[in-house]
Amino acid sequence: MSARREALLWGAQRASAALLALCVVVHLATMIYAAHAGLSAAQILARTRGNLVWLGFYSIFLLAAVVHVPIGLRAVLSEWLGWRGASRDAVLAAFAAALAWLGARAILGVFL
Amino acid sequence: MSTLQVRVWRGGPEGGDFQSYRVPRRASQSVLDVVTHIQRMLDPSLAYRFACRVGMCGSCAMTVNGVARWTCRTHVDQVCADGRLELAPLANLPVVRDLVTDMSEFFDKWARARGRFKGRHGRHDDFERVAPDSAARKQVDAAIECIGCAVCYSSCDVVAWNPQYLGPAALNRAWTLQRDVRDAAQAERLRAVAGDAGCHACHTHLSCTERCPKHISPTTGIAGLKRDALAAALKGKL
Repeated sequence: MSARREALLWGAQRASAALLALCVVVHLATMIYAAHAGLSAAQILARTRGNLVWLGFYSIFLLAAVVHVPIGLRAVLSEWLGWRGASRDAVLAAFAAALAWLGARAILGVFL
Repeated sequence: MSTLQVRVWRGGPEGGDFQSYRVPRRASQSVLDVVTHIQRMLDPSLAYRFACRVGMCGSCAMTVNGVARWTCRTHVDQVCADGRLELAPLANLPVVRDLVTDMSEFFDKWARARGRFKGRHGRHDDFERVAPDSAARKQVDAAIECIGCAVCYSSCDVVAWNPQYLGPAALNRAWTLQRDVRDAAQAERLRAVAGDAGCHACHTHLSCTERCPKHISPTTGIAGLKRDALAAALKGKL
């Protein structure tokens, strides 16, 4: 693993962490509001369908998670299992793709 | 006079166990005094290492009641409320015998981190002027007093998980040279300390900073190295 790639991954993880901090707060506040206001699924969908603001917000949230989580898992796999090298990174790239696909499905599910 | 119950790890690379000793409690007694009493009065076969006895040389560090400490400047009062002491060799280093560890790997990592100053001027050049109140010099001043005791290295979880990790002391040394305006090997050093075995392995647990007997914060230096490495990588210079 080159020093350059390692430094860039570190930068990507820190930048995505900053985004996640903001996104998680907004997401939790939204969930608490929806639960306390007693909104039904239909009422929530009425607010999210066709709403580009929520689409944009959750797309950024997803992107940050897709960047952040695999880089963190990479360190866990290295330190706890001693798994390093191309095989680990290939599995994590597949994991990131799966995370992106599942997240995109969820976002489009409440937008379309 | 009261008595201390002292358990001391005895053994070698192949293993060992704790042995118990009773040591007279004295006023202003350091942990190193306790070890010295055992070796001189009770059991001359005990191996331990010390030199200056005044907190300068960094050779007497041991694990005292589970925590790595410099023993010459650690008073028994500070660490022993119930009259019991447990002394073991430093963690994360191979044991030579009893309380003596092999420091070779620890110092080899300083060399791997390019912890050696490389000047750009010859003997006929004028002295470089370094303003004591410049930001870079202040950063160096905050980190320069390391005595190489390996307390930080012994306290670091990441060293235990990743034996290739350079460790807090070597990275702290590299940081002092990265902020030394006279040094000419900074690009090469940054490449040596970035990566999986270097500054990017640090999880900022802060054990090194909490335990450093000289009150240095290697964590701060390691964070600085991470920022420097990212800046260099973004400029295509890493």
